[in-house]
Amino acid sequence: MTSDIAAILGIDGIATGAVYALVAIGTVLIFTVTRVIFIPFGDIAAFTALTLAALDAKRFPGTGALVVVLACLATLIEIISLIRSGDIRLLPRALLFYLAIPLAVVGIAWLVMRMEPPLAVRLVLALMLITPIAPLLDRIVFRPIADGTVLLLLTVSVALHFALVGLGLLFFGPEGVRTEPLTSFSTEFAGVLISGQTMLIVIAALVFSGLLYLFFDFTLVGKSLRATAVNRTGSRLMGIRPARAGTIAYLLGSLMAGVSGILIAPVNTVFYDSGFLIGLKAFVGAIVGGMTSYPGAAIGAVGVGILESFASFQSSALKDVIVFSLLIPILIWRSLASLHSEEEIEE
Amino acid sequence: MTRLHVQLAAAAALACLALAPVVLSPFSITLMNYIGIYSLVAIGLALLTGVGGIVSFGQAAFVGIAAYATAWVSTLNGQSPWLGLLFGVVLTCGVAAILGVVTLRLQGHFLSLSTVAWGLAIGFLFGNVDGLGRFNGISSIPPISLGSFALVSSAQIYYLIWGIVALVLLLGYNLLDSRLGRAMRALRGGNTLVESLGINAFRIKLVTFVIAAFLASLSGWLYAHMSRFISPGPFDASMGIEYLMMTMVGGAGSLLGGVVGAAIVTLLKNSVQDYLPLIAKGASGQLEIVAFSALFILFLQWARRGIVPSIARYLPKIRRERPKPALPLPRRPQPTPGELLLKVDGAERRFGGLVAVNNVSFEVRSGEILAVIGPNGAGKSTMFNCLTGALRVSKGDIVFAGRSIVRDPQSRIAKAGVARTFQHVKLRPRMSLLENVMLGTYSRTSSGLFAGAFRLNRREEASARHEALMQLERVGLGDKPFELAGNLPLGNQRILEIARALAADPALLVLDEPAAGLRRQEKLRLAELLRSLRADHLTILIVEHDMEFVMSLVDRIVVLDFGSKLCEGVPSAIRSDERVQEAYLGGVA
Repeated sequence: MTSDIAAILGIDGIATGAVYALVAIGTVLIFTVTRVIFIPFGDIAAFTALTLAALDAKRFPGTGALVVVLACLATLIEIISLIRSGDIRLLPRALLFYLAIPLAVVGIAWLVMRMEPPLAVRLVLALMLITPIAPLLDRIVFRPIADGTVLLLLTVSVALHFALVGLGLLFFGPEGVRTEPLTSFSTEFAGVLISGQTMLIVIAALVFSGLLYLFFDFTLVGKSLRATAVNRTGSRLMGIRPARAGTIAYLLGSLMAGVSGILIAPVNTVFYDSGFLIGLKAFVGAIVGGMTSYPGAAIGAVGVGILESFASFQSSALKDVIVFSLLIPILIWRSLASLHSEEEIEE
Repeated sequence: MTRLHVQLAAAAALACLALAPVVLSPFSITLMNYIGIYSLVAIGLALLTGVGGIVSFGQAAFVGIAAYATAWVSTLNGQSPWLGLLFGVVLTCGVAAILGVVTLRLQGHFLSLSTVAWGLAIGFLFGNVDGLGRFNGISSIPPISLGSFALVSSAQIYYLIWGIVALVLLLGYNLLDSRLGRAMRALRGGNTLVESLGINAFRIKLVTFVIAAFLASLSGWLYAHMSRFISPGPFDASMGIEYLMMTMVGGAGSLLGGVVGAAIVTLLKNSVQDYLPLIAKGASGQLEIVAFSALFILFLQWARRGIVPSIARYLPKIRRERPKPALPLPRRPQPTPGELLLKVDGAERRFGGLVAVNNVSFEVRSGEILAVIGPNGAGKSTMFNCLTGALRVSKGDIVFAGRSIVRDPQSRIAKAGVARTFQHVKLRPRMSLLENVMLGTYSRTSSGLFAGAFRLNRREEASARHEALMQLERVGLGDKPFELAGNLPLGNQRILEIARALAADPALLVLDEPAAGLRRQEKLRLAELLRSLRADHLTILIVEHDMEFVMSLVDRIVVLDFGSKLCEGVPSAIRSDERVQEAYLGGVA
């Protein structure tokens, strides 16, 4: 391997890694606030790419139907649980959040799409359509077992991923998509060609992590999320509702995943089931950060991207084997590094 | 319900299974074969996940290793499938042992995530290695032959599959009811509990892990030679989830649940395939996995216990006879009364800048009751943890029975004759009183995996059971040995912990705040029990908060304050010591 090739592989790896980093940060966000290891984030990213491709092709994406179905389900479950607990006066609020807003989003997207909007608007539409999915899934799937063990939540999360893959095939079909590049700009740096797309990916990753940092440190909502992450009971005593904090975390997380989906779509061909590997590799990065540190997760994810890039140069067939085998030493390191009190397993 | 009833039910089930090929259609038999093959994996997972508390997403990879191994031996190299079985089992168990050694020290969800990692890595390997057919797989695998008789049709291999399942269930239930099985069932109580019984928790986890992999390898072998064709698909990550699903649906703690779960999931999947196209034309493949995952999620939300345990609750309890007298277990040589048993010499323990225990020295002589007392934050619990090996001292030495124990792991200290109880009671609530106390005999008994599975341990089991009953009677809990430990009130749970400790035949009994949370009557009973144990020449060290309880009971007291030893002496001297009064009351009253 010459230094030229190494440089190309390195840059490629950083770009891939930056995409993983966005998903990894979302994963850490959800885990700290809700204790759910949300494996389906990768699917959210892939669905965003598929949504954008459909919009580009002037078709209304399957995401719309998916959101409508999930919104109806979530509303139904919310109504049943409200009736059971006797809080019927909260009904209008539930209808607004779980039914009206998601349906309004789909409606707006449908109307705007007919006007054949420019690329920038299509990007916004894709993100708008994708963000309700994770919060709705949270209501349907995780809220009823919010007090379960991490292991139970993980098992459910893995099952949910498989359900989403099935839904992905149903709503998007088996064809892979690759969207048009967001920019055709490219430049040469120290003799290596760097595409504008690569630069865009890295910049977007930096900007969004920066925004998240500002959100956490300088807004009250951000601080309430951090408080929930540290101590659920304590923050509840301070008037913060963990369920609401969870919803905000899912919204933010899916926004990050959506952005990463948009960024990866012009570089890689995305299929309905591409999300799993994106999600898992981001997850490897998140584990490097111990599932708690945002910078750690970002660095870990970039590391995974670089490793993958070099591994695929050595043996493209075995690159995934290499990446996942590497997870084991990382896990051992993290497990040794984190001193946590032993929890007895639920009987 | 007696043992005989259970045996009759098992015999009836076996008869039904044996008659099935006569009654059922060939298609149903094929379905039954798949159920049997999946059952083996699910039974292994029930052991690993339900009993041992290790959630594995990667069992499909083990099935795949064995299937590819036997296909490689029998198809690509033309050898007998039986050689393939041997190769597959050895290879799978070898891989499992290596993975286990590397990952089983991981804690909680880290461990489960590592199973996702190696499950995926191995799964990707099948489709990407040259010489294993890549994604096309390996076809025309020969059938299994018994002599010159080849098991070609589904009815022929049916008897082999279900024979193996029945045998595995029998051996599995034997194992769970043995010394090793009880240790496995204790794993979910946490490492500290298991190690305090003289059990090497890591070794037990490794054995459980390899057993589960072994069962998966049997399944892989049968699968390869039944379907006569293998490709990477059936061994990928989604199949790993499906096995976990089978186990949890059946009831993770129950071996029979593995079979029931495999049957339900397989039949359900089959009917989903049949009926979904009627509801939604053209979308069956996609909807199948969605419907399936949704059912699983609903199941986890509403019925985490699983089917078999839920039904078992309504069955009449099995009536069991009181254990009969048997040969006593060997006893350890007890120290002579008055001899130096434990010597703590300048012990120090730091947490970063905080010195929790600072240069503490004291001695325990055989036959006495010594109390370590002190106000909150005095360093009592840290001292206790150093004594039992849960923490290492930063400086100083602790000598037990003439040997330094500061470098020993907990299980080694327990084996040397230090038995402990816990401030927050650690019992196995779903095991009977008798079984909980039998856990204490672990270090006095020796039968292993094979002796347990094939019931070659009867004499030792009888002795252990008798010993446990004797200890239950000694502490006054001998009237209901088959009651579940979780049903006892707190006072009796503490006493049960003492019985468990006594079953280890300890030289030193260490009690961590035994009076905490007890009512007055319970405290009096506890004090009386401890006095009777002293009369039997047992040495007892109590770490305690409750002054009244300690003063009337113990021979000598060591007082700790802010991590250092304040003073030491007989109760009356301690009571009148001004420094002690100041430490407890903040000044001489």
